[in-house]
Amino acid sequence: MSCIETIADYAFRSIGYGERLLPRSDFTLCQQFTLIGSGMLWNIYFGTVALIAGFFLAVTVALGKASHNPLLRKPAEWFIFVFRGSPLFIQFFFAYFLFLSLKSEWAFFDPFTSAWLGAAIVLFLNTAGYSGEIFYGALQSVPRGDTEAADAYGFSGWKKFRKITFPTMLRLAWPAYTNEAIFLFHATTLVFVSSFPGSQQRGDALYYASYFADKTFNPFVPYPILAGYFILLTLTVIGLFGMINRRLNRHLPADRRSKVKYRPQQVLR
Amino acid sequence: MFSFCTDPDTLETARWLACYLTTGKHLNLYYAVGTVLLLLAVTAPAALIFGFGGAVMARSRIAPLRWLGTGYISVVRGVPDIAFFLFFVIALDQAFEWIRHQVKCPDWPDPIRQGNDFVVCAEAKLPLSNSAQFWHEAYGFSLAVLTFAIVFGAFAANVLYGAMRAVPRAQLETAEAYGMTPRQSFRRILVPQMWVYALPGLSNLWMVLIKATPLLFLLGVEDIVYWARELGGTKTPQFTDYPHGDWRMWYFLALLIFYLAFTRVSEIVLDRIMARLTHGQATAAGEAQRRARPA
Repeated sequence: MSCIETIADYAFRSIGYGERLLPRSDFTLCQQFTLIGSGMLWNIYFGTVALIAGFFLAVTVALGKASHNPLLRKPAEWFIFVFRGSPLFIQFFFAYFLFLSLKSEWAFFDPFTSAWLGAAIVLFLNTAGYSGEIFYGALQSVPRGDTEAADAYGFSGWKKFRKITFPTMLRLAWPAYTNEAIFLFHATTLVFVSSFPGSQQRGDALYYASYFADKTFNPFVPYPILAGYFILLTLTVIGLFGMINRRLNRHLPADRRSKVKYRPQQVLR
Repeated sequence: MFSFCTDPDTLETARWLACYLTTGKHLNLYYAVGTVLLLLAVTAPAALIFGFGGAVMARSRIAPLRWLGTGYISVVRGVPDIAFFLFFVIALDQAFEWIRHQVKCPDWPDPIRQGNDFVVCAEAKLPLSNSAQFWHEAYGFSLAVLTFAIVFGAFAANVLYGAMRAVPRAQLETAEAYGMTPRQSFRRILVPQMWVYALPGLSNLWMVLIKATPLLFLLGVEDIVYWARELGGTKTPQFTDYPHGDWRMWYFLALLIFYLAFTRVSEIVLDRIMARLTHGQATAAGEAQRRARPA
């Protein structure tokens, strides 16, 4: 079987199209590249969905935590504390079994026990917790001069937030937020090794990599392939976020622009 | 456990719970908590040693060593940690068996990799097939510790590398001016001063390490996740004196709370240590501390 055929058979295997049977013996490099790459679709899906949805919740949570009203502040603080203070792995398990017991009560929760929805919700809440803390920190370090100038120009309320506070907050938070995005994509590999079941052998990149490692008893091929894919994904994320960063900083003189540096701290979960 | 536990069917709720939570299997869960603490106690210093080695290599003047150091730091950081955990557990196991195979059975005729199998001679197996159950578990656990140390060593190396660069240049130049060799100035000037710069990163790493401990489950160790799944599952009266429905949700809620408490306590302790260490230091935090105090 040529490599083109393999790609045609397995490129979308992870989402249920193409050849049903996974290769069982005589694994070729091409099969490993194709299937692990196919699994990456799930990682990209989870990461993107959680990141986009999480962004809005994170801004809300950050504003809540910065609020003077304890009715807004306390829930935001607890939200951040719970999602940053506990392992994502345990959050996955808890959420899965929670959805499982809800499902036995109401049929509405049926789709929640499958990975595409349930795990996406957990990742969404989790990244909202982490990015909420990042945005909160940025909100605290918005220069006083900026808001005072806004006051002097007669900006207030929503307009002041929309035109002054929010863009500056975003600009200050962006390098750390880039980092968070990278580690969110890494964290998506936890989905199928935690409780969420992969039906009909559809899984993410790590699922297929460990499938090959188990079958061939040789970890030295599939895991480096997985690593290569993830390094590509990381570089893509850095590139995209760097573009947004340049746009956020475009009004500043070159020496005051904040660079996106890939310095992972804080965000591994 | 308790004397009143002989007939669980007759007990009221509080006593039933007291009996239920002290069954032999639950004691295994509590031992597993001990395993987590043991893992942390062993891994933290081991990762620090790996990290120190990595940071020193990344600063080395010899180019291949430097590449090795920076490569170690950036590869482990760029790839999901779970992938590394799953990789190293098999890779280390095979590496150890391969080395033992080379030493113990030098005249073995067959290749080690036969198609999809990895075959070493019986004497090279780790642990030996006739050794006690304890050794199998201990071997699995030490593989896990080594894996954790390698992965977290890279993160620690990153932190320590940054900390070494944060020590003011003038300090090292002064040491040179006093005629210290590079080795001396490294030992006497750089290393003692870098810790205060490293501490925020290291305490962050400690939190990350705590949160990574449930991943032991993936490395085949019977840890708290394993027992929570085991104990929480539906139990019918045929097999146990304490039948119950699917309680896994509650078990994982308990684990969640356990980890929240653990990270919270660590955070408070680490903040105290940081406050003490920055006291009187010529850093931004030390300056802020000095200003906060009324004159």
